[in-house]
Amino acid sequence: MSILEVKNLSLSLNGKRILDDLSIDFWEGHVHAVVGPNGAGKSTLAYTIMGLEGYRSIEGDIFFDGVSIKNLGVAERAKHGITLGWQEPARFEGLTVKQFIMASAKEKKVETVRDVLSKVGLKPEDYIGRAVDKTLSGGERKKIELASILAMQPRFVMLDEPDSGIDVASLEKIFEGIKMLKSYDATVVLITHSLAVMKQAEHAFLLCGGKLVEKGDIGKIEPYFEEECLPCEHKNVPDKGGVDGY
Amino acid sequence: MDIEDLLKLAEEDKALADKDTAHLTINLNKVVSKNLVPGLHIDTRELKDGVEVKVRLDDGVVIEKKVHMCFGVTREKALQRIRMDVDIGKNAGISVLSHCIFPKATKVKHIMDAKIKVGENSFYSYEEKHIHSMEGGIEVYPKAVVELNKKARFKTIFELIKGRVGKLDINYSITGLEESVMEMMSKVSGRKDDVIRIKEGGNLIGEKARGVLTSRVAVRDNAKAEVYNIMRATAPYARGHVDCKEIIQDNGVATAIPVVEVKHPKAHVTHEAAIGSVDSKQLQTLMSRGLDEEEAVELIISGLLS
Repeated sequence: MSILEVKNLSLSLNGKRILDDLSIDFWEGHVHAVVGPNGAGKSTLAYTIMGLEGYRSIEGDIFFDGVSIKNLGVAERAKHGITLGWQEPARFEGLTVKQFIMASAKEKKVETVRDVLSKVGLKPEDYIGRAVDKTLSGGERKKIELASILAMQPRFVMLDEPDSGIDVASLEKIFEGIKMLKSYDATVVLITHSLAVMKQAEHAFLLCGGKLVEKGDIGKIEPYFEEECLPCEHKNVPDKGGVDGY
Repeated sequence: MDIEDLLKLAEEDKALADKDTAHLTINLNKVVSKNLVPGLHIDTRELKDGVEVKVRLDDGVVIEKKVHMCFGVTREKALQRIRMDVDIGKNAGISVLSHCIFPKATKVKHIMDAKIKVGENSFYSYEEKHIHSMEGGIEVYPKAVVELNKKARFKTIFELIKGRVGKLDINYSITGLEESVMEMMSKVSGRKDDVIRIKEGGNLIGEKARGVLTSRVAVRDNAKAEVYNIMRATAPYARGHVDCKEIIQDNGVATAIPVVEVKHPKAHVTHEAAIGSVDSKQLQTLMSRGLDEEEAVELIISGLLS
């Protein structure tokens, strides 16, 4: 049963079509991967589902639990349980890890903050009072982003390039986090270039040029992925329209 | 409301009851209480409209516990003038936590005029926390001229922790000799028709002197802020940095004028200034966690000013 349905979704930015009549069903409680070459529209799809500023003028519709969320803002979508883990998470001068996670948390307790930090492999005592700023490495920031998502207990999570900036050891913690989200019955969407990340999913959608090229189980998508989207006419013609405003 | 209430408001009452913690409490132009520790001398003279305070720390004395100072006005209308003369001896150190409390002010003017000398290889830290009324009827003029001897360190933080700014006009000038270190930070959030003016000047005149001037300001409604930072370096290997961030919302107006002046080829001064609305990515990150826009803005600003 689908929890979120993207129906005939099209989006143009700066006069360029980035998503082109895209229809995808995300099944509830499953882990999905959205893969494809640079400029395929993967991140744009996530931003559009989240309803970020600049990604709201869509054609088609997005349904969550069967109800259109097209006219809802970011916070309203998040209150329904939709969230996004950013490829390069924002840094906040002066805001502590505790404040950041607590702001997202469903249960606003220090124990929750400690618990989720431990789950992503960060010692709470070392991080809880630190600022979510440039003093954190990219990997640390990524883990704190995941911790805040775990604390939120969302129903539908999109993780944009969850392995970016992460070392091999830390990647296992990210994968454990993905499993934890699934164990909470969250639906997870992994936006990725990485085969290792895609293999964490049960189903995958291959995008190219803003279109859905293929879908199915991982085994079905893997050959396309390994051959860099060979059957696709857009191969090696990544979008250069600068859509990634973030 | 009396002075006891002010101290409770600033959560100072416990510190002031500790015999090992030096303190000075002033209400308008009266010295209400004073406690000293060995090596620290504080002489006061009550004036018609304020108090003259002379602080002296003996050579070689490092005070472990923070010294608490409280400058309060319990009235709605008043002028309070504090003349402060601070002299820190050689190889000495002191950290001062100063609360300036004007909770009922509808027309209060608080003028702080300080001369500070920090001796060779000594440190002086001055943390100034303000509690104002919500009326905005207060004018605050903190002015200080600071001289840092060789290897001296000076750190000051100005912060409004409760109430409205009213009118604030900070004017600090610091001069540092060889290997001295100066750090100045101001954190203020203005609302309604508040007016904030911050002028911080650092003069790195000694070899290897270092300094950082940091300002964090948020203005909302019709508040205005002007930050004027100037860092001069005239000696070899002097290093300075000016860092100003201002967030504006509504009809707020913010101005930043960073000036860096280097008069020695081996000195180096940098600056960064950013003025604008709340960062879109920060905002959308918090909103994607379920915070409303207003809550997200509040959290971002509170972090910036924390």
